Amino acid sequence: MISWRAIAVATLFTAAPALLAGEIPPDARRSGYTFMGPDTRAMQDDDTTNPGMLFVLDGEALWAKKTGSASRACADCHGDARSSMKGVAARYPSFDKSLGRPVALDQRINLCRADHQQAAPLPYESRDLLALSAFVAHQSRGIPITAGDDPQAKPFVAQGRALFMQREGQLNLACTNCHDDNFDKRLAGAPITQGQPTGYPLYRLEWQTLGSLARRLRSCMTGVRAQAYDYGSPELVALELYLMSRARGLAMETPAVRP
Amino acid sequence: MPTTRRQFLGLAGGVTVAGTIPIVTLRPIEATPAMLNTAIRNVVGEAQIRNGRVKLDIPPLVENGNTVPMTVSVASPMTADDHVKSIHVFNEKNPQPNIGNFYFGPSSGRAQVSTRIRLADTQKVVAIAHLSDDTFWQVAADVVVTLAACTEETN
Amino acid sequence: MAALINVPSKAKRGDIIEIRTLTSHIMETGFRHTADGKLVPRDIITSFACRYNGTEIFRADLFPAIAANPYLSFFTVAKDSGKFEFEWIGDNGYSTTASASITVE
Repeated sequence: MISWRAIAVATLFTAAPALLAGEIPPDARRSGYTFMGPDTRAMQDDDTTNPGMLFVLDGEALWAKKTGSASRACADCHGDARSSMKGVAARYPSFDKSLGRPVALDQRINLCRADHQQAAPLPYESRDLLALSAFVAHQSRGIPITAGDDPQAKPFVAQGRALFMQREGQLNLACTNCHDDNFDKRLAGAPITQGQPTGYPLYRLEWQTLGSLARRLRSCMTGVRAQAYDYGSPELVALELYLMSRARGLAMETPAVRP
Repeated sequence: MPTTRRQFLGLAGGVTVAGTIPIVTLRPIEATPAMLNTAIRNVVGEAQIRNGRVKLDIPPLVENGNTVPMTVSVASPMTADDHVKSIHVFNEKNPQPNIGNFYFGPSSGRAQVSTRIRLADTQKVVAIAHLSDDTFWQVAADVVVTLAACTEETN
Repeated sequence: MAALINVPSKAKRGDIIEIRTLTSHIMETGFRHTADGKLVPRDIITSFACRYNGTEIFRADLFPAIAANPYLSFFTVAKDSGKFEFEWIGDNGYSTTASASITVE
């Protein structure tokens, strides 16, 4: 039996070496928090000093505010977010049956606005959309990520994974080259993390504001001198979905603070 | 003889000066130590500034210069007769030398303030306390600012 | 936009208590340029004050070197039950206030 298993494993490695190279095993997955210095950690740990909480507070007010021609608030359907939204963000991006594709949390908020509030969509990275996303995701703080578990999402997880492994840009780098193969090393003085998206939307000290995972991915693409995918593009959503599934089991931290 | 980096830079600079006329007007975008000194003198006047009594807690190595946590405190009984009137914080290399002025009184109980500051580069931060007996005390700290490897150019 | 105020709800008379404030503001320095070379005008909070039952206990002048979403922590002696009032004033007529109450025993 043992020899059979050994042969099976050996076959898998020889048949698909590129597929397995560098992928981080579940028990070695680490939040970006563990790569930060004590001062930045302290800023995230205390809700009275975490600047991301300003956006959560704004989101809480928006949750209860009637909007659109339906004059309906999020709370009118979903009630108290503390219970109704608990764990929701840990499952996003999530497969939407009617659209036949996964949607990110901010896209879900805009779909809800269109379908149930008859309100115009909030622009990507606008303060209100970030605030609502942060408020909803904050209800999942501490809950393990399970995004991508839905069998219908699997082809999109695979698409995101292919994008993660694909070299791009003038520097000809794939996400995996840094975030699977070289985490814990440094790039121009800054630690390279595993790229686990545990705390989005998060407050980035560099941005001096809250931003989405899509914004972070786009700035990484700019970093490798590649043309960044548009906000809301299927490629960005697939990448987000793969990253969340890759972070399976890590706890949500929204609103995280990162350098 | 192999060309060293320094020689190459020198050569490149020479070519630029000889071959083109720069159209960008150079202007001081960093506070010079002279500006720092002027900013300090604007606050303390001609008074002597002594070293000590002030404590400046700031990370020696910061992860991002856009948001650097900082705490300044002064050992003082904070009584009506003996207290800290104000704390003034300055920097050496930002476009402007002032960071903040913080005003206290006996009812403060403790002469301590925390905030978050911007440091454009690796540089010195100076904190000066003005006591109720009109003496001035200072402390300085050197902060190394690491730059992010991948930054967004535009959004 | 939100401000986060942290004041202990209860204190013993004579205790030195910490007050923390965090407020939403971009703190645009006035030293940055857009991609097409235009100067982005300064838009910062220039002053902050805290009053305890009407008496000023802490004040700050802020400059462009203060980070976005300004955070301030300072102390006061708990004297009487009552109210803390906070006021932020800035460029372009910016003005915002907040308050918090305390019970002193």
